[in-house]
Amino acid sequence: MALKDLPVDECLLQGNAACPGCPATIGLRLVLKALGKKTVMVVPACCTAVIESLYPFTSFDVPVMNIAFEAAAAGASGVEASLRKQGRTDITVVAWAGDGGTYDIGLQALSGAFERETNFIYICYNNQIYSNTGIQRSGATPYAAWTTTTVGGKTEFRKEMGEIVLAHHIPYVAQTCISYPEDLYNKVSKAKNIKGPKYIEILAPCPPGWRFSMDKTVEMGRLAIETGAWALWECENDVMTFNGKSNLLLEKKIERKPIEEWIKYQGRFSHLFKPEKDVVKIKAIEDHLEKTWEYYRKMYLRK
Amino acid sequence: MTIMMDTGNRIAAKAAVMARPEVVAAYPITPQTTLVEAIAEYVARGEFKGEYICVESEHSAMSACIGASAAGSRTFTATSSHGLLLMHEMLHWAALARLPVVMCNINRVIGPGWNIWADENDAISQRDTGWIQFYCSSNQEIFDTVIQAFKLAEHEKTVLPVMVNLNAFILSHTSMPAEIPEQHVVDEYLGSYVPQWKIDIDNPTTFGNIIGPDYYVAVRRAMQDAQENAKHLIPQIAKDWQKISGYFHGDFFEYYHCEDAERILISMGAIGAESKIAVDNLRKKGQKIGLARLRVLRPFPTEAVVQLGKHADLLVIDRNISVGLEGAIFTEVKAALYGESDAKVHGYIAGLGGKDVTYKDIEAMCTSAFKGTKKGQEWYGVEA
Repeated sequence: MALKDLPVDECLLQGNAACPGCPATIGLRLVLKALGKKTVMVVPACCTAVIESLYPFTSFDVPVMNIAFEAAAAGASGVEASLRKQGRTDITVVAWAGDGGTYDIGLQALSGAFERETNFIYICYNNQIYSNTGIQRSGATPYAAWTTTTVGGKTEFRKEMGEIVLAHHIPYVAQTCISYPEDLYNKVSKAKNIKGPKYIEILAPCPPGWRFSMDKTVEMGRLAIETGAWALWECENDVMTFNGKSNLLLEKKIERKPIEEWIKYQGRFSHLFKPEKDVVKIKAIEDHLEKTWEYYRKMYLRK
Repeated sequence: MTIMMDTGNRIAAKAAVMARPEVVAAYPITPQTTLVEAIAEYVARGEFKGEYICVESEHSAMSACIGASAAGSRTFTATSSHGLLLMHEMLHWAALARLPVVMCNINRVIGPGWNIWADENDAISQRDTGWIQFYCSSNQEIFDTVIQAFKLAEHEKTVLPVMVNLNAFILSHTSMPAEIPEQHVVDEYLGSYVPQWKIDIDNPTTFGNIIGPDYYVAVRRAMQDAQENAKHLIPQIAKDWQKISGYFHGDFFEYYHCEDAERILISMGAIGAESKIAVDNLRKKGQKIGLARLRVLRPFPTEAVVQLGKHADLLVIDRNISVGLEGAIFTEVKAALYGESDAKVHGYIAGLGGKDVTYKDIEAMCTSAFKGTKKGQEWYGVEA
């Protein structure tokens, strides 16, 4: 699907309460274009609870049920069971959660819903921090990134949520990014037509959280892909395919851009560049990425 | 009508299944396990047609019930002790979202140390969540109360979740007979679930988004009004059920020899049932004593407590403690009487940790409490 051919209907309305340059709204618009109006959203505590706007208003033109932070997948399980019992299998149930609600506090409910083969799409919009509470570290925060709870830079590497989900062997798992709208739209559209649990994770570069200019949201996503800090892939019935530039990186048809090309634009890494360049930490990031991509190649590169 | 001779848990499961919830989501915990296992047997035999979600925690059990209820389904779950405590956040959520989930809670000790016996601190600690709370003392009452719980929870003037409590083992695992009506009788009594609000793609609405103080106050006030409404509905719903079943379980108290009583014992749950024997024995000795077994903790029956205090001194036995103060029912009874009655109120804490409370123990507490003009609260059966 080319960008110009995307449906014109909008289910995320104007006047929502998102920050300028917010990646979540880009993701929501594309997701809801792909899913259409026969969709129910289950939203735990995350930025989207703000984006919805203040009661009695809403910025959504599909039903939204808010639920507690750790409960998105369980709440969605209940909605799905009820709708199935009512014979409404034409309605898509979507849990839409941030990386805090997915990687950390909501991981148990997520794993349970996948193991139970719940027929829903779980979408994690990952901005690599607890952003709604004001930029604290999450399990998705990359090594060395400043947050308000990792003031000197995070001392651990992020976990690979995709690998955790893959271990559930559900019918569809995908990673995408708001900077690749066709990729995102196509993956959500595909998930809509698959029965069983589906997981899609969207990298969502956050201007206030990552400390970059609000006009650079899309560019930060592209650089994440080009430096290999994030990867576009989909795994359908245990068959893994890397997509676009991520596939070219996997096959070594292009070189990964140095990680500096991504982190130098982000204030959360500024302590790696001043007062003087921290070559040790930058190399540590680069080495970790190299190891990650070698792992991807070992696991997923088709011979 | 048939007689079912079975445990409290299995009779609760029978009632739940006969209420035809569309979705049950539950997680096993001792001593609730035989209840959810019984539902699984109904599923296996094709006698329960609803969706049965075997979730991975009690928090998810209540979250799934919330999702299913919001989507328009009648829902049921059951838990106990630590399971109830893990649900705590979602208990508030279900009540604030005005979702008529019905739950059985098997009152069990909270750890550490691990102890699976009867104790009411689990449910007592959930008093402020907005749930309506019943406490049963026989298997017939469990059956009748679970059926009525759906009627009350879903009533347009209530729309609140309801918790039906039964003491661990003394009720949950003890066989007693219960009269079970035909399915069509329950169907006619309950009708099908008509949600007051639900998720609807044809009327897309956002539920539970950010809310300012003025609207939030209105939400809380509406919950309080709904609890007040429940005070009127509980006896009415019970009378409707009595017409069908012949059993009346519906007052806030079960009164036993209270008419001429100068002293009234207030107890709850299994101790409430045991108290009848104690009252019989003390009456044989010439004491004008009665029993008011508390069935409903929320909404708290303030007016009924005042009536008790008009002509009698009171003794409250609590199988719980609000640590740092006293037994919760002792506190609430005294609060109800404040400015309304000069009745003396004495309290005992008894039966914590599943410690057996026999009719002899209750007789001893009554004799000691009413000997003088004791006020305040004591521990029974524990060395100071």
